[in-house]
Formats: sequence, structure tokens, C-alpha cells
Amino acid sequence: MTHMKKRTKTLIGLTLFTSLALAGCSSAQDAAAPATDKKDSAAQTQAQAVDLKQPIADYRTYVIEQADALIASTTQFVNAVKSGNIEEAKKLYAPTRQYYERIEPIAEAFDNLDPDVDARENDVDASEWKGFHKIEKALWEANTTKGEEQTADELLSNVQLLRAKVETADIEPALFVTGPVELLNEVSATKVTGEEERYSHTDLYDFAANVEGADKIFTLLQSTLKAHDAQLTDTIASRFADLNNALSKYKKDSGYVSYTELSKEQTKELSQAVDALAEPLSQMGTVLGANK
Amino acid sequence: METKNDFQKEPQNNSQTEPKLSRRQLLKMAGVGGAGLLLGGAGVGSLFATGAVGAASSTATAQPAADILPFYGKYQQGIVTPQQDFFHFAAFDIIAKKRSDVRALFEKWTDAAARITQGQPVGDESNNQHLPPTDTGEAIGLTASKLTITFGVGPTLFTKDGADRFGLASKRPAPLADLPAFSADELQAEWCGGDIGVQVCANDPQVAFHAIRNLARIARGSAVIRWSQAGFQRTERAAAKPGTARNLMGFKDGTGNPDVNDDAAMNDVVWVQPSEGPAWMTNGSYMIVRRIRMRIEEWDRSTLQDQEATFGRARISGAPLGGTDEFEKLDLDKKDASGKPLIPVDSHVALAHGDGKVRILRRSYSYTNGIDAKTGQLDTGLFFVCFNRDPRKQFVPMQQRLAKNDRLNEYIVHVGSAVFACLPGASAGGFLGQELF
Ligand code: HEM
Repeated sequence: MTHMKKRTKTLIGLTLFTSLALAGCSSAQDAAAPATDKKDSAAQTQAQAVDLKQPIADYRTYVIEQADALIASTTQFVNAVKSGNIEEAKKLYAPTRQYYERIEPIAEAFDNLDPDVDARENDVDASEWKGFHKIEKALWEANTTKGEEQTADELLSNVQLLRAKVETADIEPALFVTGPVELLNEVSATKVTGEEERYSHTDLYDFAANVEGADKIFTLLQSTLKAHDAQLTDTIASRFADLNNALSKYKKDSGYVSYTELSKEQTKELSQAVDALAEPLSQMGTVLGANK
Repeated sequence: METKNDFQKEPQNNSQTEPKLSRRQLLKMAGVGGAGLLLGGAGVGSLFATGAVGAASSTATAQPAADILPFYGKYQQGIVTPQQDFFHFAAFDIIAKKRSDVRALFEKWTDAAARITQGQPVGDESNNQHLPPTDTGEAIGLTASKLTITFGVGPTLFTKDGADRFGLASKRPAPLADLPAFSADELQAEWCGGDIGVQVCANDPQVAFHAIRNLARIARGSAVIRWSQAGFQRTERAAAKPGTARNLMGFKDGTGNPDVNDDAAMNDVVWVQPSEGPAWMTNGSYMIVRRIRMRIEEWDRSTLQDQEATFGRARISGAPLGGTDEFEKLDLDKKDASGKPLIPVDSHVALAHGDGKVRILRRSYSYTNGIDAKTGQLDTGLFFVCFNRDPRKQFVPMQQRLAKNDRLNEYIVHVGSAVFACLPGASAGGFLGQELF
């Protein structure tokens, strides 16, 4: 997750009011995302000028798929934790988190959900700490699952809540388009530095999942983008390929090597590949503008 | 540390261009973009008349002409330019695989440098709120501050680990040889080498940093910063009167430099001549940078006599030992009553001067970088920069003499090193390195 204190905006804006009003559901009001920037009415008009309805609808389908898979995998993980099966829990931990990391921009839009699921130690007050990373610490540092039963139950109910919310969330075109950059910023900020998974060192799983989530949005926007700027589209595609290549060197079995196996030089290379991709990705907003 | 004759006018190789706003920029400033073209000339005129330009959220700053140094010309700027107050150097490594990508990078860099050195933003801003700003913004409202940007290419552009990476190996100039190891070098990989070297100088540190940052941003995906170092000297404003700046050992540094306004001397010392080849380097120059740490703690406890003997010059006046005036001729034959040379033979100037026939143009800055974590001592020193026509005949033999015998070695250690072939200047419409790539 992003560093709580530094966070100033959610990654994908979700304005819930329309769908909520229609559904007549008031219990989810607290989940309303912060208002999106509406400084510039010209830009807003432009935003409406391109039709992103289809890509956004497709993206919702993807998010729902990932959320379903997240529930299934979290259920197994929680069962392993509660039955004291440490090895099994360790095995399931990183792959389960990937479903979350792929759609992290969505999850982060719901104010309290993200910290409840994904807070790292020190992100929140010790008394409020829960979620994946608390169990991670128990598994890898104390090598136990004892005492984590309630955390495990809460985790499962929180990912179920996430699944319920994504169904009706309104995805803002403007922030949909910047989602890939936000995902890569996640990678730059915590994954490439090994701060995300400080006990399990499974950071490369999260890294890969964030990149996959970014790639998904790019793929959905690709044809629209191509019509605006073919060269930019090609650059982004080839930088995705470069980054995936760089990452694939660290694949092991069905996952990735431990972060601790990377040399400083290798970490730097990965970080630079992320920057190389994120820069042209940050130009995707061109689809919402009139230029080119 | 400055070139002699600082505060004098820029040499006349390039005609000083008046900072004029193009019509396109005016339209941008008025926020009318492409649509404004429909207004035609009259429309532009009336925008002026109503003062709309000033009211628009412009990022262009009115530029005093004296603060702008020409970018395009026969030579690159920042070489015989009188030394500015601040400095930022960055060595880049190319990560692009194709020569055409390197070429494209130099095209983009040339365009960006031509703009920012004239005090303009790095590119036109779009008015699309869904895009990051084109320019990073920290130089908005600042003058060009005599910003210069100088680009060079290193040996590893041509061959790296034995491989001819871009099909350029045959174009590598013989003078761009790897520097030999000098005795007492303590080079650290993190301060050495680079496929490309970029020297930025300006009378404002933020203007200098802005240049490096935007060039790095433009390079993303094609090149990455390998290492960088900021530098400084006293500002013109702080100096009670114009004169040679002092380095961090307290001595005037730059006195013995050749005169940058002397074309014959510059042709002799600095500029690659047409007869020398390769053709793509004609009017270019070779830049050597050495990050030289000063052991200032030890220096500060050495006696005045020892300090002056180390350099061979007087501390306050900068005059050669035995003389009275900073700029009087260095006479290495002068002896004291007992027949000993007044300027010790192993002093820094005696060894650097040699027979006086081989010269270089120095353009160094001081640097400071926090503390050395191991010793707790300040990590500070001289970021030595020099330009010469052929390092094999100028810098290298000079540094070999110094490395072996210089008294100064007791107080300094060379920790970083790189050599670059600085390209000849570009003309408007062209780009740096056009003939190389
Ligand atoms: C920390 C390292 C260094 C310091 C503090 C230093 C300082 C000085 C000082 C105070 C002078 C006398 C004033 C002047 O003429 O500028 C001088 C002269 C000079 N130095 Fe250095 N220098 C350093 C390194 C070097 C290096 C590495 C070279 C070249 C290999 C070099 C080449 C020269 C030359 C050519 C002169 C002028 C000699 C002449 O009068 O003909 N210096 N330096």
C-alpha cells in the first residue's frame, strides 16, 4: 500500500453517489471516495468527448474477476492460518496478495479498506494494525499462526466487502487513465525497495501484480490511445516488454525469487525500467485531450 | 577556479541572440493554443493591447538579455564561457539498444537545451489537465541566469566491454582514449565513467538543477543518470570586487589559465582543429572531470609556509612565491639567497606548469557532499573540470607529473574520473552529434 501519511489522492476515483442513489443503499455512504479534481471545466468537457465507457466496463469486469479470485484464495489462506498450517499459509500468502495488488488502485479508493487489508507495521497505530502484513509478520518472524485467528477472519470479511463495493463503484475516466502510473508509483515507492514485504521478502510478487494491473488498463485503452498517438502507444508497449523481460529473470517455480536475492545493481535496473515505462505512461491522458 | 578575465564579455563566436518571443509562444501565453491561429495577426495584436499576455498563466519569463547566453553556434557553450557561479554535472549511461534511439535522444536534448538556456520552459505546455506538465516548473519566473549546457560522449559510447554497441566503434577518436591509471588514484566506481557527460553551469543553483532534472526526465527509457555532482564557487555578488575565485583550500584558483578571449590560444589549447579529425569532432573539445577529495582537516592544520610551498603561490595575493602580483609571470628559475628555487620544484604550480608549453583550460568548482560515513570527515573538495584538444598530449602527461611528485598529494585524493568528447556546436535546426550518430 502507499504510505498513508503521504497519500493525497486515491488512485482511481470512485464516485459512488450515482449508483448508490439508484440502488438506494445508504450503508455504503462512508465509502464515498474523495472528490476528484474538477478545476478545469474545459478538461472535463474534453474528458467526456472521448468515449471510455467500453474500456471502463471491461475494466470493471476484470476487477470483479480479480476480487472473486481474491476471496477464493484468501479463504484458503485464512483456513490455513486458523488451522495452524504454517507451511500452507506461507505458500498461499504471496499469490493471494497478487489478486489484491493487481487492482490496488480500486481498493485504495475505499478509504478504510486499504489500511485494513494492506497496512504495513507503522502505517497505522499498533492497536489498529490488521490485515495481510500482520499475519505476514507472525508467519515469518514468529513462525506461528497463533493469535492471528481474528485477524484472519476480519481479513476475509474485508476482502468480501471490497468485492461488494467494486460492483457499483463509478470509475472516473480521468483517473482510470492515470491508474497505470499510480500502480507503477506503488512499485517505485515500496516494492522495488523491499519495504512492502519486509518479513516474507515476496516483494517481487507484488511488483509483478502491480505491473499486470497497469498493463491491463493500458491494453484496454490501447486502441483509443493509438488513434491519438500511435508512437506513444508503441513506446509504452515496448517499455512494458522491457520491464516484463527484466522481471522474468527473477521468476522461480510458479512465482518469484526472494527480494533478498537481488543485488543492488539488479534492484537499480528494475527501478529504472519502472521509471522508463512510467514516463510515457504518464502521457496517456492525451486520450482525454484534444492535442495530437 | 574561474577562467581568467571573468566578468568580461562572452567571446564573439556566437552572435548574441535577442530573446524574442515567437508568435507561437505568444499564442501559448495567451492560452489560445492552436485555435488562436484563426484570429490571425490582428487577433494577436489585440491580445497584446489588452494586456491579456500578462494575465494569462504564462510560464515564460521576461528575460534580461545579459542573462542569456547563445546556445547555437560554432562551438558548444560552457567551454570558453566565463565561469558561472554554480555547477551541476551528470554522467549518463545509455540503456537504449539502437543507434537511432541515441540519435533521437540527442535531438530531443538539443531542442530542450536550446529552450531552457534561453530561459524558456523545456517544451510547450498543453492545456490538457490530464497530462503532467511538460516542464517541471521550478524555473518558472527565474531568468536564464547565464545557464549553459555542454554535452560530451564518453569512450563507452563507442565500445563497452569489447562490444561495438551502436556500430560507432570506428568513429571513436584516438584522443578519446581511456585515461591511464595514475599513481595514488583511489577511484571509486560510483564516481567514474559514463556514456555521456553533461555539464550544466548557471548563476543560480535551482536553474542549474532544473536543467539536469529535465534532461534526465527526457532521457527516461533511453539513458539513466550514472552519477552526478553539484558544485559551486563564490557568487559574483559575494565578491567585493571582481577577481579570481578561491578554492576550498583558500587559494586563488584559475590564475594561470589561458585567456578565453584569445582565439589563437583557444585554438591551440581547447578546440579540435579541422586537420586533426575525426570530422565530427572539429570545433569540439575533450573534457576531463576528476572528483578530487580534499583532506581539509589535515590541510587546516598545516602551516602557512607549508601551504604556500605546496602550491608555489602566496595565499592572499595569489602571486608566485617571491613575487608580488597575482598575474606576474611564473618564473621557476628564481632562486633565494642560498640558491634554492623560490617556487619549490615539487610544488603544484611548478609541476603543472612544466616548461609552460603544454596547457589546458581549467573550469573547476568546489563540491561538498555531507560527511564520509567512515571517518566522520567532510566529503568535500574540488570537482576538477578541464578542456583540451588532445588529452594524450595535454592533461595526461600533466597529471602524470602531478600524481608522481606533487606536494599537494598529501592533502588530496582523486576519487572520481571521466573523459568525454564534447561535440562541436549545433546550428539552429540541427542538433548536437548530428554528424556522429
Ligand atoms: C584538488 C586539486 C587541485 C587543486 C586544489 C588545485 C589548485 C591549484 C591552484 C591554487 C593553482 C594556482 C593558481 C592557478 O594558476 O590557477 C593551480 C594551478 C594549476 N593547476 Fe591545479 N589544482 C588541483 C588539481 C589540478 C589538476 C588535477 C590539474 C591537471 C592535471 C591541475 C592543473 C593546474 C594547472 C595547469 C595550473 C596552472 C599552472 C601554471 O601556472 O601554468 N590542477 N592549481
